[in-house]
Amino acid sequence: MPRYIPYLLLLPATVFLIIFFLYPFTQVAIESFTSNGSWSLANFQKASSHWKFGEAFKNTMLLAALVVPIQLAMSLTMATVVQKLQKGRSAILYIFAIPLGISDLAAGLIWLSIFEQSGFLNSILVNMGLIEKPILYLSYQSPWVILFAIMLAEIWRATAIMMVILVAGLGLIPREYGEAAEVFGATRWQRFYKVTLPMLRPSLQTALILRVILAFEVFAVVIALGGTQMPVLMSETFNWQFNLQDRGVAAAYAMVILAVSVVFTLIILRALHVPKEARS
Amino acid sequence: MKSFKPILGAVSGLALMLGAVSAQAEVLFWSTQAQPVEETQKMRDEVVAGFEAGVDYQAPESGPWLTRAQAELSAGSGAVGVLGGLHGDLTAVRGGLADLSDIDISAIPAELAALGKLDTEQQKYIPWMQATFLMVANKKALAYLPEGADLNALTYDQLIDWAKAMAEGEGGPKFGFPAGPKGLKHRFFQGFLLPSYTGSTVNEFRSAEAEEAWGKFRELWQYANPASTNYNFMQEQLVNDEVWLTFDHIARISEAFNTRPDDFVAFPVPAGPKGRGFMTVVAGMGVPETAPDMAEAKALIDYMLKPETQLATLRATNFYPVVSVDMPDDVPASVKASGPAIATMTAAEDALPVLLPMGMGDLNGQFNQVYVDTFEQIILAGREIRPTLEQQAEALRALMDEAQAPCWLPDAPSEGACPVN
Repeated sequence: MPRYIPYLLLLPATVFLIIFFLYPFTQVAIESFTSNGSWSLANFQKASSHWKFGEAFKNTMLLAALVVPIQLAMSLTMATVVQKLQKGRSAILYIFAIPLGISDLAAGLIWLSIFEQSGFLNSILVNMGLIEKPILYLSYQSPWVILFAIMLAEIWRATAIMMVILVAGLGLIPREYGEAAEVFGATRWQRFYKVTLPMLRPSLQTALILRVILAFEVFAVVIALGGTQMPVLMSETFNWQFNLQDRGVAAAYAMVILAVSVVFTLIILRALHVPKEARS
Repeated sequence: MKSFKPILGAVSGLALMLGAVSAQAEVLFWSTQAQPVEETQKMRDEVVAGFEAGVDYQAPESGPWLTRAQAELSAGSGAVGVLGGLHGDLTAVRGGLADLSDIDISAIPAELAALGKLDTEQQKYIPWMQATFLMVANKKALAYLPEGADLNALTYDQLIDWAKAMAEGEGGPKFGFPAGPKGLKHRFFQGFLLPSYTGSTVNEFRSAEAEEAWGKFRELWQYANPASTNYNFMQEQLVNDEVWLTFDHIARISEAFNTRPDDFVAFPVPAGPKGRGFMTVVAGMGVPETAPDMAEAKALIDYMLKPETQLATLRATNFYPVVSVDMPDDVPASVKASGPAIATMTAAEDALPVLLPMGMGDLNGQFNQVYVDTFEQIILAGREIRPTLEQQAEALRALMDEAQAPCWLPDAPSEGACPVN
């Protein structure tokens, strides 16, 4: 086989990435650090001095901090359950993975139809005689309910992606380790905690990084359920780009999201460090 | 007749084949107006369908609208034939609009036509249609109208009393306000509330009078349905009886009148100490210099100004004609209801007309955001009025300086950027 074949095969993907990722990315990066044609931090100043910046930053962090741990626990449980099943394994796996096929906007709208004033939740409660008239859940007066609804929608929608990665990871762990531990009298919990979890580290790392980055980019679900009442970094980026027509500030917001993502990726990489010898 | 059939068939077949070709000759009407999909479809079926060369009417959001318009202008070539938009939209692409002075606009009132010059010597856009905002009440709400209050000459204080009486009488707020993400709340603050108290939109933004205006609005807000922050178009809430009293753009309350014509009344907006501030909305049509067929684009504008087209536009969008037309008897209920209310409002002794923001260019969105931010901080987040106004006034001043926009009505003309006192 000629030596250039692998490079040739990589070429289309590389070209694609350069044109549709690297080029626009560089443009955005330059845009964020320029103002009136010269280098400056004016865009970042303008972004951070707006009263919604702090709010958006706080909300984004809060959402990630609340959603990701729950998703981690749930996806681990789901993956273990799927792994243990003798029969109907793929059927359950498919069912668990259904939300993966739904766009985040659709997911937001589904949950909106539940929590709306004229939505499913209210009609059920009214019909059961538990409340007299529909309650306004998603109101500016009760931001915690909006947050809760967004959390629910996010957990429902995006836990499956972690589960799929963890299922694949669990499949890679040789059975012998678990069996050996069992021989030495390890309990189920000990086997999970001392054998499975450490062996699962690389997959956990991937799943967490992917999920945390996606959490910082949360957008459509928030817009659908919270409108402008729950600003997050991504919705503010959109707002500055399209409603306020200031690409520089929008680019600055995008850079903030990038920076936060990079920082958290590094933290996760460090926290779930996989020793070189253990990498297969 | 029979013998013609094959010929007819052949001709229609040929027409179908040519359809693909002639589609290119269609004028692309790229417009921020008539955006709800029903209105867009009405524009296509009932308004522009009569234009011979064919029109592709597209109604994007104003963000994508501007992005494409600017992209085509900076590329030096494009597909858009006619740009439709509000005065402010068109101001944002002022530099790329062709001179339309050769279009006959003698039927349009001079002061309206002058707006289309965008402070230049040329006719940059042709007024297309106009609208304003009104108050609407369910007839059931009239029982709570404060004693001595005249529906046609209401004050903000009476409005507050009215909303309060209704909230207490009905066991829940019946006043609604379009404060949703797409609601036109900023127009209310810019064109109605603030001018009525300060006689100004920009100059007196942080004056003591402005402080009073926001205080009054906070009072009113206590009796507003808390779901108001989800309301974009008030007609839906009026029709399902969630709201009995509201304020909105006439195009956004028309369905209420058209579905339940006997249940609602339209009336002028309230007045404050400085007068009855109201905003007139003007939409216009411009032709980008990059239009593929300049003559065809101008012909389309001519067609849009015909009295019968203007009437069809009124039916489709509830925006009123810019040329004088004889209203037929079969106009929609919303037109019948809002027509007299608009006339009463504009002819009122204390009438204080306010224009849409001008000269803000692509800072238009940020200009509106100043008013929305003020609302969100004072009313929704419950912050103190004075410091919020101070802080937002600085943001407003920075924007005016950046845009170098001179004052517009009701603020007195200024040399250079409109000052924030």
